Amino acid sequence: MSLIDNLARLDAATTGRAQPRATVRHRHLSQRPLVFVPLITAGEAGAPLGALIGTERTSPRLLTVAQPRDRDLRFAFLSRLAEILLPYVESYADDVEPAERTEADPETGKRVKVEVELCADAPQLIVPSRTGIEFVRLLGRSMRFRRTAEQDPDAPYPAPPRVPLLGRWLTHYGERSRVPGSSLLLAMTDLLSRHWATGQSSLEEQHLGALLAWIEAPEGTSGADAALRAELARDADGQLLCPPAGPATDPAFDNQLLAPAIERHDRARTALAAAADGVEADALLASLGAAEREIDALVASRTRPTWDAVWRGLDALCTLPEAPHTVDRWRGDRWSFTGHRDRVAAGEPPQPRVDDAVTAANKLATREREQARLDAQEALDDPLVMAGRRLAGEAFAGEVTDVVMAYSEGRAPRPRPLVTVRTPDRPQLDEGVKAYRSLAGKPQSFQFVTHTPDGALVLRLLDKMGRGKEPEPGSVPEVGDHVCWTLFEHEQRGGPRLPDPEDTPWTHGGPPETAATTPAVGTPPAPVGDRPDPVTAEDIL
Amino acid sequence: MNPVPFPFPANPASFDPGAEATRATDAILRDTLDGAHRGVVVDSPPGAGKSTLVVRAALELAAAGRPLMVVAQTNAQVDDLVLRLAEKNSDLPVGRLHSSDPDPYDKALDALPNVRKSAKVGDLSGLDVVVSTAAKWGHVKDVEPWRHAIVDEAYQMRSDALLAVAGLFERALFVGDPGQLDPFAIAEAEQWAGLAYDPSASAVTTLLAHNPGLPQHRLPVSWRLPASAAPLVSDAFYPFTPFRSGTEHADRALDFAVPSDGSGPDRVIDEAALSGWGLLELPARHTPRTDPEAVRAVALVVRRLLDRGGAATSERAPEPVPLTADRIAVGTAHRDQAAAVRGALAALGVVDVTVDTANRLQGREFDVTVVLHPLSGRPDATAFHLETGRLCVLASRHRHACIVVCRAGVDTLLDDHPSTEPVQLGVTVKFPDGWEANHAILSRLAHHRIPWP
Repeated sequence: MSLIDNLARLDAATTGRAQPRATVRHRHLSQRPLVFVPLITAGEAGAPLGALIGTERTSPRLLTVAQPRDRDLRFAFLSRLAEILLPYVESYADDVEPAERTEADPETGKRVKVEVELCADAPQLIVPSRTGIEFVRLLGRSMRFRRTAEQDPDAPYPAPPRVPLLGRWLTHYGERSRVPGSSLLLAMTDLLSRHWATGQSSLEEQHLGALLAWIEAPEGTSGADAALRAELARDADGQLLCPPAGPATDPAFDNQLLAPAIERHDRARTALAAAADGVEADALLASLGAAEREIDALVASRTRPTWDAVWRGLDALCTLPEAPHTVDRWRGDRWSFTGHRDRVAAGEPPQPRVDDAVTAANKLATREREQARLDAQEALDDPLVMAGRRLAGEAFAGEVTDVVMAYSEGRAPRPRPLVTVRTPDRPQLDEGVKAYRSLAGKPQSFQFVTHTPDGALVLRLLDKMGRGKEPEPGSVPEVGDHVCWTLFEHEQRGGPRLPDPEDTPWTHGGPPETAATTPAVGTPPAPVGDRPDPVTAEDIL
Repeated sequence: MNPVPFPFPANPASFDPGAEATRATDAILRDTLDGAHRGVVVDSPPGAGKSTLVVRAALELAAAGRPLMVVAQTNAQVDDLVLRLAEKNSDLPVGRLHSSDPDPYDKALDALPNVRKSAKVGDLSGLDVVVSTAAKWGHVKDVEPWRHAIVDEAYQMRSDALLAVAGLFERALFVGDPGQLDPFAIAEAEQWAGLAYDPSASAVTTLLAHNPGLPQHRLPVSWRLPASAAPLVSDAFYPFTPFRSGTEHADRALDFAVPSDGSGPDRVIDEAALSGWGLLELPARHTPRTDPEAVRAVALVVRRLLDRGGAATSERAPEPVPLTADRIAVGTAHRDQAAAVRGALAALGVVDVTVDTANRLQGREFDVTVVLHPLSGRPDATAFHLETGRLCVLASRHRHACIVVCRAGVDTLLDDHPSTEPVQLGVTVKFPDGWEANHAILSRLAHHRIPWP
């Protein structure tokens, strides 16, 4: 963590109030985000217990699984989830604008510009915490390889119609959320802790209630106390007043409320199945309904506070103006959404279980490039973030005190003015180090020359001065200007183009297909597309 | 990777470092030139003549009429290799493929008549040896693959960088030091942990996972590390692949014309001159990274090293060589620490002493190093600070002596912070871990401890 973040944390701990880490909002927020507050069953990974979901703050849809171990009920839950989520996702698919993309021409192999569609906006999913994102990935993985009766009439346990498609979308969202600065799938705790520092550890910040308590504490009260209450306070029955944001639930809730309710439900179901006649069945059906409604109420009571907290978090974030560069990054998210829309439409198979070597390397390259881009853009968008970089010696701001015209050597001398800057910052400059300033949104390069005897810095201006012998007006800083330079580049270069997966070299196991037939020692099996796992003895007990 | 036990002779007195090193080199060259495998891997401990091997292998391949490409990791390494190649054989046609940035290569290359420099690989076709960075090679497309390649610093190269260049050659010699810093990713890569081709792993890890039968060699002798340092570095960082120093205790000496003034810096200098190691221990305290007292202590030690008229005696020259600023380096964990030390040195009027982080000191060699201990003054021990490679780099750059400046209490700090990194399925557990290596180094340094003030 950087020095300025430590400072903000110390300030927060001392004052008991959250401190700003940003003056603008660094993530795009949709006009109509879909908030998803899932709960899972303790001890049963991937068994949903219920969820609140919706785009309307006042009217979330409640989904529950009365007996989480019942696969049929789980499929019914997933099916209803698909009925809500997919129409929301698909509502963004048709509103498109024309855009250009460079693609390799299939005949000549040259890179050419092609006219394509770009979705004008993209659906945005917001979950309460980072474990919620993990759960989205898990749901995606558990669904995308299922086959519906239509896809495979012989499937012994066909999935409801739209469930595999939901799995593919959730997988795409889960994967995209790993790209730094992306906003298709966001965790509220991450959003809040990006913009505010509190006096708690980063682990504690995963508690949405506590985090919000720090941020929302009214003037004159202690956020630290409120956070502690949010974490620990229980009612007379021993239940947490602020239930954890999930997907995991509080054990006290599981043991005292949920388990007995599920048991009543199971009993009612067993009794109904054993009913002797219609009259008896009617009465038993009513008691099953009552048991289900009880579980509904329990799930609602644990998800609703989190649901409200997510929306209050959105309120808090919306008090900050959106940072200019989020538009660029959201455009990347729109490309990502459009790309997956096209893959689904083209009938491509679901994402493989494991990335192949080339895909993994490409993804990592994208993430690293986006991380560097995000770091630069956040600093350029936000003086508070830039202050952190200045404090770390990675940027400096100061007043131009002198500009001396100079020219490069060679046959056609180019202008290379020397700019003297007085700055209180202490950048980590060595001779020849490049520095950049933003000139009309484009980076202009300088090179550090020397320190003057009285401690000012001399920089040589290198570019963006036009083609003439004299620099274009406005392209050279003037005496008295206040300018901020960064030692990091503002834009990222693309990395090397990797081979196509079918040209994977011998060092990386060769093309994926051959690797699957002759696996090297210690090599996990190569991805095999959407082929199901082979049945082993353990599958049939 | 299975560490193959190194056949040390039963009687150490009969160990002839020169002969052992020659034998290893011959076997490597045999496999490279005539072997049946597509790849040969060479592990080289610090200062074991890795660069010499690379130059020799390149020259022999070229002499055998087999043009080759050389992949190094940084521009400085590429320029250094080109200079060494030209030094050994000034008639050899060498190509230096460079980027299109301004000042893309060392100006010293302009003085070499047989070195052709270009940003386009087409201009360099037909040359015996073409050298460039992995990053630049990654952009080379649509060329006839080379029959041979040498990949230098392969343990510091990432798997995805190898993926980008591996299509350019048919077979390759991979050379590197497994004990130095592992490559790292600045973005989330955990989902691929355990995959043979994890893009954030080192190139050698991926290569060997997919080609487990490749011959693996080891250079057995460190010519850089003195007899005082080789056993410790070998035990602490290479427990399964031990190496020896090529020199004896008597071969190296560090003497100072000006006697000690009794201060902490002078006493630790004398201790290090005598034993090869010195620990200047400051009182225990939690400090910011750029601990002003520790930084000042580092600067003072360097100042005194220069002021006291040091002279280094070694097997390289018949006469003692003056210990000048360019033979001294300061190593730190973080860049801001390096910047702070540079500032403190400038305030004491010291120039030309190399001050850098472990990452940037990799592959470099000095007579005396002064190290700001990565854990000095810290309240916690993170994976970054515990990384084995970081300490290994810092403790293995010197030919004569290494002086560590540290706050007291690092041993308790280590005991309070056993490594807690999650174990990933399918990932080879690095051994020793940084925690253990740190303890090994600390317990040795404790014998050379000078408390100050």
